[in-house]
Amino acid sequence: MVDHTPHDSAWAHVTGEAVYVDDIAVAGVPLVGYVFSSPHAHARIRSFDVRDARSIPGVYAVLGSQDIPGENQLGPVVKDEVCLASGEVECVGQAIFLIAAETEDLCREAAKRIIIDFEPLPAVVDLPAAMAGGMLLGAPRKIERGNAAAELLRAPHTLQGELHTGAQEHWYLETQVALSVPGEGEELLVYSSTQHPSETQALVADVLGIHRNDVVVEVRRLGGGFGGKETQANHPACWSALLARATRRPVKIRLFRDDDMSMTGKRHPYLIRYEAGFDAEGRLLAVTLELHADGGMATDLSFAILERAMLHVDNAYFIPDISVVGCVWKTHLPSNTAFRGFGGPQGMAVMETIIDRVARALRLDAAEVRRRNFYASPDRVTTHYGQVVEGDRLQTMFARLVASSGYGERRSAVREFNTTQEFRRRGLALTPVKFGISFTTTFLNQAGALVLIYADGTVLVNHGGVEMGQGLHTKIRSIAAAELGLPLARVRVNATNTSKIPNTSATAASSGADLNGMAVKRAIDTLKERIGPAMAQLFNERYEGELTRAEDLRWVRGAIIDSEHPERMMPFVQAMQAMHLRQIPLSAAGFFSTPGIGWDKVSGKGRPFLYYAFGMAVTEVEVDLLTGGHTILRTDILHDVGDSLHEGIDRGQIEGGFIQGAGWCTTEEILRDENGRLLTHAPDTYKIPTAGDIPPDFRVTFLDGVPNPLAVRNSKAVGEPPFMLALSVWLAIKDAICADAGGEPHFPIPATREVILNAIEELRQLTAEHARA
Amino acid sequence: MEERRAEPHDGNTDGVSRRDFLRTIGVGTLEAAVLSAAPLPSEGAPAHTGDLVPLVLTVNGRRNALEVEPRWTLLYVLREKLGLTGAKPGCERGECGACTVLIDGKPRYSCLTLALEADGHEITTVEGLMQGEKLGQVQEAFVQEDAFQCGFCTPGQVISAEGLLRKTPHPGVAEIRHGMSGNLCRCGAYDHIVKAVQHASEIRK
Ligand code: FES
Ligand code: FES
Repeated sequence: MVDHTPHDSAWAHVTGEAVYVDDIAVAGVPLVGYVFSSPHAHARIRSFDVRDARSIPGVYAVLGSQDIPGENQLGPVVKDEVCLASGEVECVGQAIFLIAAETEDLCREAAKRIIIDFEPLPAVVDLPAAMAGGMLLGAPRKIERGNAAAELLRAPHTLQGELHTGAQEHWYLETQVALSVPGEGEELLVYSSTQHPSETQALVADVLGIHRNDVVVEVRRLGGGFGGKETQANHPACWSALLARATRRPVKIRLFRDDDMSMTGKRHPYLIRYEAGFDAEGRLLAVTLELHADGGMATDLSFAILERAMLHVDNAYFIPDISVVGCVWKTHLPSNTAFRGFGGPQGMAVMETIIDRVARALRLDAAEVRRRNFYASPDRVTTHYGQVVEGDRLQTMFARLVASSGYGERRSAVREFNTTQEFRRRGLALTPVKFGISFTTTFLNQAGALVLIYADGTVLVNHGGVEMGQGLHTKIRSIAAAELGLPLARVRVNATNTSKIPNTSATAASSGADLNGMAVKRAIDTLKERIGPAMAQLFNERYEGELTRAEDLRWVRGAIIDSEHPERMMPFVQAMQAMHLRQIPLSAAGFFSTPGIGWDKVSGKGRPFLYYAFGMAVTEVEVDLLTGGHTILRTDILHDVGDSLHEGIDRGQIEGGFIQGAGWCTTEEILRDENGRLLTHAPDTYKIPTAGDIPPDFRVTFLDGVPNPLAVRNSKAVGEPPFMLALSVWLAIKDAICADAGGEPHFPIPATREVILNAIEELRQLTAEHARA
Repeated sequence: MEERRAEPHDGNTDGVSRRDFLRTIGVGTLEAAVLSAAPLPSEGAPAHTGDLVPLVLTVNGRRNALEVEPRWTLLYVLREKLGLTGAKPGCERGECGACTVLIDGKPRYSCLTLALEADGHEITTVEGLMQGEKLGQVQEAFVQEDAFQCGFCTPGQVISAEGLLRKTPHPGVAEIRHGMSGNLCRCGAYDHIVKAVQHASEIRK
């Protein structure tokens, strides 16, 4: 496939010409939109008065829930999240009033002059408290196979424990932003940094009480999304729309970084209880799991995320008897939301912990215990929900990665290092990833495209996916160019626009290229079907002899050629001019929905995924026992991307996903005070990885020779799976500190310096007790 | 893990920044307030239509006569008054590097630099790195190495790389990682960014 072609926007990015929402120039200076939000985690609004705020010259609007012309509702699945609070607030940062003014400082002045009287109510600001209070956000879910409880009693060895995984802030470089521009009558154009333009459009229409055909949402690109703009970009879009409608002026809302961090949801923290039974070889026999998610104040996507977590607790391992129960709990915190991996990381983390503990309990190498537990033909191939895991890909990848990373020799070297050092320990871990590709809400697996060929031989591609840094437009452009046999320069991908493609799904679940790429291909197939016979006729009018058949036409090298009579050839430009003169329509829509998948949420059985993406990583770290600091020394990744659609982009996704995962596993810690206020609301207190944190020796290899016939041009989705390869960092740290201790420390995610130091101390005490006994 | 540095890049104190400016006028408490967690007004937009002060900003070799409020940041003036939107607001508190520009050839966070402080200095933004119709060497290297994903951090990264190479034409990998550590990339394109800086340094040889 097309390779090493520059990114679709390469030139624009390096010259500063790339336009993001905040860079868009519109006629007239937009008003500044501002959100007045709750300082309380839970409170009743006794009374308020905005008259003084409204009276300031230069302030154009101060709106509350009573000023919403349509429905006061933003819940994407369950209608339990208001657009503006009325009566009660349920988290710090919940929007109560919207202000539009000439400048931001006038907005702040107006905010100061809003008089509001709160009656604080008891607030639940962490997961244990929500569980103690029985605050379920919905009915618990269950997926099981066999009888895990009974098998646990029979198992020769068992272990049990609890794992906490932390929240994670998306920290997209571009904060949430939207610019709404009123048109004639009810018309409204919304430029939004959203991963889900159709949902943004629907919610804008609903809050304004107008129809979807009045609202156009346009997205050129996002300055990062990572799931954080899947539902929560709807909020600023709806707020700016309300203000634009009220003032009849363009209004832009761009959240200040600290506000963005305080107001928006994060990756769900999980508390997971587990019990596992295994044999003397380290093979898992039975596992029971309870997953408890902190949903925040509203449902948002919590259940879809929980579902994916429950579908990924097996990670790469066959577990004969397993029971998985999942609950989402309500807290008075901003509603937690989608984040790369979508529950997968939390689900996999617990299984990797279990395997890690099994290995230590049996004094076996953890990588070998992993291998023994992999899905493997012929009889260990079916997941707990009934889908079959293809072939022996895991075994193949394991063998290759162990060899290429020199795992065996390095294991000895690490041991050697650890016996000779007093205050430093090294650790090594190999972890696999098996990640299901498809939305588990089956109907969402659909996409549309609209391909336009102009009579000058240039092509404009519209599709429903959003470019957020994952290189989707670059891939789509390559696909279109390859299908039409054109150089890339002739093909352009348009900004995503709801007036071109209606009713699209979010760009999420790593499925952007799979779904939209297929829709584009379908549109091009339709064009070829129309143009083929007309071109054959044209050739037959010009050439004597044997007739050209439409099915023999090839679209290659910028021309249309009869493969049986290669002299019958016409450059694309001339061909399209000719087709235009012959009144052949040169635009076509394409539609794709993923066939053959289906999933019954109630029985917990089915085939939710079209296929699996696989990856495997070996990471070596060094830990300073005195400070708890760690350094990644080397990471080797072997990843299955099928036939890569674009090597540079896929490599970038793998490295970037891994680094983001390493942040979640180690330094990214969300802290709140007892009143639910975020303490880590800026980059000086919330540590995302920097250039200094990448492995100095970072070897990323694609598994070659494994085309994936189930996706466009034999590729595989690559957006999310690499994130979870970072569990190798987490477990390598644990391996390092457990090197010469007997025992299991508490080792939550993120493993911050504090966690590492505490674990070292805990192990010291355990060893001392051991020695005394 | 390596700690992020509060000041961009080379840690020089001879350039201009809001911090130094405040220090020189001796407003200790204000300095503390600015550097604490208290949110700064976004892009230094004005609190009231205060007195406008004339200044001449030399940006990418072009002199612009402007009237600004003393408290407007350089980032605000570049984006909102001069229409140069390459420099981005990522955090507006000197921590992400998305707003980086060169002032007299040195990388500076434009969100922490007052427009007035830049009066009389040479400012270079990412828009000014082009060599005529062609990409500058650092820009070209970033394209060659796919050194971006969403691109939002890219103008800042490109400018920081340019500043680094002007100071240290042939940096080692450790120097690059350290020198670029004032610029965050949430997409995690770091490995490619480091390679791009190496590549650019080779082109210059
Ligand atoms: S915007 Fe200036 S450093 Fe982040
Ligand atoms: S490319 Fe997205 S933040 Fe760097």
